[in-house]
Amino acid sequence: MDKNKQFFDEMIAGPDTVTDPYIGYNKWFAEQDPDHLTRKSQEAETFFRRSGITFNVYGQAEAQERLIPFDLVPRIIAEREWAKLSKGIAQRVTAINAFIHDVYNRQEILRAGVVPYDLVAKNDAFLPQMMGFSPPGKVYTHIVGTDIVRTGPDDFFVLEDNARTPSGVSYMLENRETMLQMFPELFSRVRVKPVNSYPDSLHRALCDCAPPACNGKPRVAVLTPGIHNSAYFEHSFLADQMGVELVEGHDLRVVDGRIAMRTTLGYEPVDVLYRRIDDEYLDPLSFNPDSMLGVPGIMDIYRAGGITIANAPGAGIADDKAIYSYMPEIVEFYTGEKAILKNVETFRCAEPDALKYTLDNLHELVVKEVHGSGGYGMLVGPAASKQELEDFAAKLRARPANYIAQPTLSLSTVPIFTDSELAPRHVDLRPYVLVSPNGINITPGGLTRVALTEGSLVVNSSQGGGTKDTWVLEE
Amino acid sequence: MLLHISHTTKYAYDQPVDYALQQLRLTPQVLKCQRIVDWKITVDGGTVEAFYTDHHGNDVHLINVDAGGVSVSITAAGSVETTDTAGIVPLPKSGPPLWYFSQTTALTTPGPAIGKLASETASETNNLNRLHSLSRLIAKQVSYGKDGTYVATTAEEAMQGGVGVCQDHAHIFIAAARAGGIPARYVSGYLMMDGQIDQDASHAWAEAFVNGLGWVGFDVSNSQSPDERYVRLAVGRDYHDAAPFSGMRVGNAKETMIVNLQVQQ
Repeated sequence: MDKNKQFFDEMIAGPDTVTDPYIGYNKWFAEQDPDHLTRKSQEAETFFRRSGITFNVYGQAEAQERLIPFDLVPRIIAEREWAKLSKGIAQRVTAINAFIHDVYNRQEILRAGVVPYDLVAKNDAFLPQMMGFSPPGKVYTHIVGTDIVRTGPDDFFVLEDNARTPSGVSYMLENRETMLQMFPELFSRVRVKPVNSYPDSLHRALCDCAPPACNGKPRVAVLTPGIHNSAYFEHSFLADQMGVELVEGHDLRVVDGRIAMRTTLGYEPVDVLYRRIDDEYLDPLSFNPDSMLGVPGIMDIYRAGGITIANAPGAGIADDKAIYSYMPEIVEFYTGEKAILKNVETFRCAEPDALKYTLDNLHELVVKEVHGSGGYGMLVGPAASKQELEDFAAKLRARPANYIAQPTLSLSTVPIFTDSELAPRHVDLRPYVLVSPNGINITPGGLTRVALTEGSLVVNSSQGGGTKDTWVLEE
Repeated sequence: MLLHISHTTKYAYDQPVDYALQQLRLTPQVLKCQRIVDWKITVDGGTVEAFYTDHHGNDVHLINVDAGGVSVSITAAGSVETTDTAGIVPLPKSGPPLWYFSQTTALTTPGPAIGKLASETASETNNLNRLHSLSRLIAKQVSYGKDGTYVATTAEEAMQGGVGVCQDHAHIFIAAARAGGIPARYVSGYLMMDGQIDQDASHAWAEAFVNGLGWVGFDVSNSQSPDERYVRLAVGRDYHDAAPFSGMRVGNAKETMIVNLQVQQ
């Protein structure tokens, strides 16, 4: 990587000057004793260990449970910047829900030739069992995590639309909680929009999508694959914060036309199931018959109006990385407006010209699997060795349709506190979006992930990334 | 033709079952070629938990076997008025798009034998003629027999084995038609065999889409296109989608099934 390349730093504007959003924070920071902050940083780690916030890393035998490192310098966003961002996110999420409904019903966008048939027809995320069905409120993505990167003062790009089961919101909440505990005086000096209403908003959004069979106050439950899942902490955390049950597949069965959970009083129907299980494992009767994690018959009860599944099965058709490349057209098709948020230029390797370009410029590109997530199976060209590039080129030639390529973005940096001083590191942002028939609710801020290694552009926690508290200023 | 149908399926378990579900696709579709006069599903030893129309337009009942039960008996019975439409069913106004029926499934993925079969009819430029010759070729190369295949046998395996039942004939036909670029689907239903009231089992055949005509039926096993002796229950991309019964159960109980099917005028 070119060491001299200039990146936009969100805090440092020049020698001894900071950008507007950081003025208040910087004043406070300048008054702090670095040794004291170093001690606080260690305190934060203890805090996280005690609260049990860990994640599992797949494919690593040692350290099954790891702590995601936390950096105590907040990522700060001005209210004005946030207003534009949230408007763009809401527009995009509205289009995504309209798109999913269309794909499983009339398929107008395919008939109009805006999105090619093959991209849906040959897509593993397309779930035939959803055809001809409208979920309650026509909401498919009750919870979305839109990944956003910044390259300049006014340049925000959407990197991914996580429309299946976006994780990480527990870190957003815990990061703020930690900051409030460690630096209470800081929050009296800088006014920050709160995030702590997220669990209530989530609960309300889910209740607002109760199925036709629900009578009375909707009962919500969180379905987890179990303690071995990398996000189990988050599943139990969210259930706890919402005050609802955390269940596994074997706790649920079909009773009186509903999906019901075992309680001390017998079986009680669940109205809305916030499931953190992939489609394939959701129902052995309709999908993978070998699944031990799912709930047999849940798709039947769902189509019959006896339960709401959040996010809806088949919602993944919208966050596939090849579909992503059509998002500007998708937004315009359903909203009649130009997309407010920009897409990253994307080369679909299924197309011969794009494949050739990708192979010729592999050392400059980021290549991702169409269905991949979590930074697994991706290539960061500028950081790869010659051997890695050659190996990846072979994979590309073997299955071109499995990949997309994007230019390496000059991700913005935000300083981290390391060795008693500030040092710039690349960041991204995942705001959390809730969708219900009553509207779209975006928690101010979200989760900032930071690549802790100097110069690294990979922020995924599974690849050594950390997190920061994310502030939207109350101005 | 007014057909009277009585179809009882009894599952017996060798020990009490804690939890078992059955998805039923046992309700005749409403189409120009058939009209339901009356139809009823009764369950002995279980409860109907849900009723809905699935993604292929099939009516589905979800049955829960009584906890601790050792058997469940499901009867679908009634009368259906059928009309001979020369095996043609028009393309419905809603429902899955045609491209969906061009996709292969696990049971209908073509291998060398299906590929060879499809190429043998490739020279025929008229699709309808091509499908008829495909049907004849399969009947000639894959004899009807009950001992060569089971429910999970793929089209390719049955083609290579050279023997199969109606399900295998339909799968081979579907796989070869799709390999030749023609959308095709699986149909499950009943057939009144000439001169007999008691039928061995419910039936299955295939349909292929021909421009200008619609879905055209081919019953390879009987070397004919469906007529007024046929009653359609469900359609799908293959057996899995359209099977009259699809179930799961928790525990180690072994299951035996007894079918009693009568189709008569």
